[in-house]
Amino acid sequence: MADEVVLLDFWASMFGMRVRIALAEKGIKYEYKEQDVFNKGPQLLQTNPIHKKVPVLIHNGKPVCESLIIIQYIDEVWKDKSPLLPSDPYQRAHAKFWADFVDKKVYQVSKRVWTSTKGEEREAAKKDYFETFKILEGELGDKPYFGGETFGFVDLSLIPFYSWFYAIETFGEFNLEAECPKIIAWAKRCLHKEIVAKTLQDEKKVYELVGQLRKLQGLE
Amino acid sequence: MADEVVLLDFWLSMFGMRVRIALAEKGIKYEYKEQDIFNKSPLLLEMNPIHKKIPVLIHNGKPVCESLIIVQYIDEVWNDKSPLLPSDPYQRAHARFWADFVDKKVHEVSMKLLTTKGEELEVSKKEFFEIYKILEGELGEKPYFGGENFGFVDLSLITFHSWSHVYEVFGNINIEAECPKIIAWAKRCLQKETVANSLADQKKVYEAVGQKIRGLE
Repeated sequence: MADEVVLLDFWASMFGMRVRIALAEKGIKYEYKEQDVFNKGPQLLQTNPIHKKVPVLIHNGKPVCESLIIIQYIDEVWKDKSPLLPSDPYQRAHAKFWADFVDKKVYQVSKRVWTSTKGEEREAAKKDYFETFKILEGELGDKPYFGGETFGFVDLSLIPFYSWFYAIETFGEFNLEAECPKIIAWAKRCLHKEIVAKTLQDEKKVYELVGQLRKLQGLE
Repeated sequence: MADEVVLLDFWLSMFGMRVRIALAEKGIKYEYKEQDIFNKSPLLLEMNPIHKKIPVLIHNGKPVCESLIIVQYIDEVWNDKSPLLPSDPYQRAHARFWADFVDKKVHEVSMKLLTTKGEELEVSKKEFFEIYKILEGELGEKPYFGGENFGFVDLSLITFHSWSHVYEVFGNINIEAECPKIIAWAKRCLQKETVANSLADQKKVYEAVGQKIRGLE
């Protein structure tokens, strides 16, 4: 029986982009279903009743939620090619720790910057943003990827945020490359991968979206 | 070469208790090193420089941090007995989802019972029970979240039971009255020796937390 794979997603979601990269890495054919996250459809609410969020992977009718959990699921089911996590347990734990760090920190500090008002609030948000990326630069070290010689789980969990850098830099009024050149160099290296380049969204479109979100929140 | 396993922990941490249960389930011998989380040791800061938190498992000198990551690591390394996660990928994803739900929701709503007062506390109580009703829904008629056997989700949640007395007194709530299935499930889990031996005593947790909160007021 052929696998039926459906992805409920939102084009600009960095979490959804992670899953798209994983599916492409494994060469898995799937149906992409764009979701309106401001007006959630019945299928999304039925398949993710707890969090009501994208992405949701539906494999042969059964939903899997939470992007990092989805990626590990994909890696375990389609295990014959392109491993997404290391095989060594310690390296796996290390990769999970840093992907978890991205989840716990990067989204929050990014959101704080683009939802901030000018002045003290923005400066505080920017400080935390740079600190977070400096910690990531420390972990990257001199490796080409967080995964070492090859693109891996941590790289996959972080690179979609690159689509949002332009929007965050513009609203935050800073230049990330000036503060964290290693991160930008790493991102450009990741973008050499066709799968990554094709998955990441146009930064100007994301910028427009963030502008709309700011308006909705009364920030403009 | 014999494995050297060290656990940096704090006796009343529900996250640390998860690791203690996992180590006991696998029958792993380890050295327990109690940490003063109000005055963090050089070892803790060296082993977990990013979050500076317990628990930290140190296996042959190499640290693993974040309780659910540690538990999965233990399951993968000591894979010859007592599996902590299901072997089927879909069931594993399902277990990870619910353990992640416990991490994202249970701790936060529980802490609010201790840190809010008056009208805010009434909101906190409502949120607390909403979360536990969701968990009761997931448990359903099963003896454990893991099905017939104690599993990853049970392990991730049962440790909060050691703080039940704290929540009930500070939050002025009766968990059993609102969520009888959860309490029945907790009592079932406590019949397991590894769980009973790993959970901190509810009264002792209440005394310690009570003192701390009063000291801060």
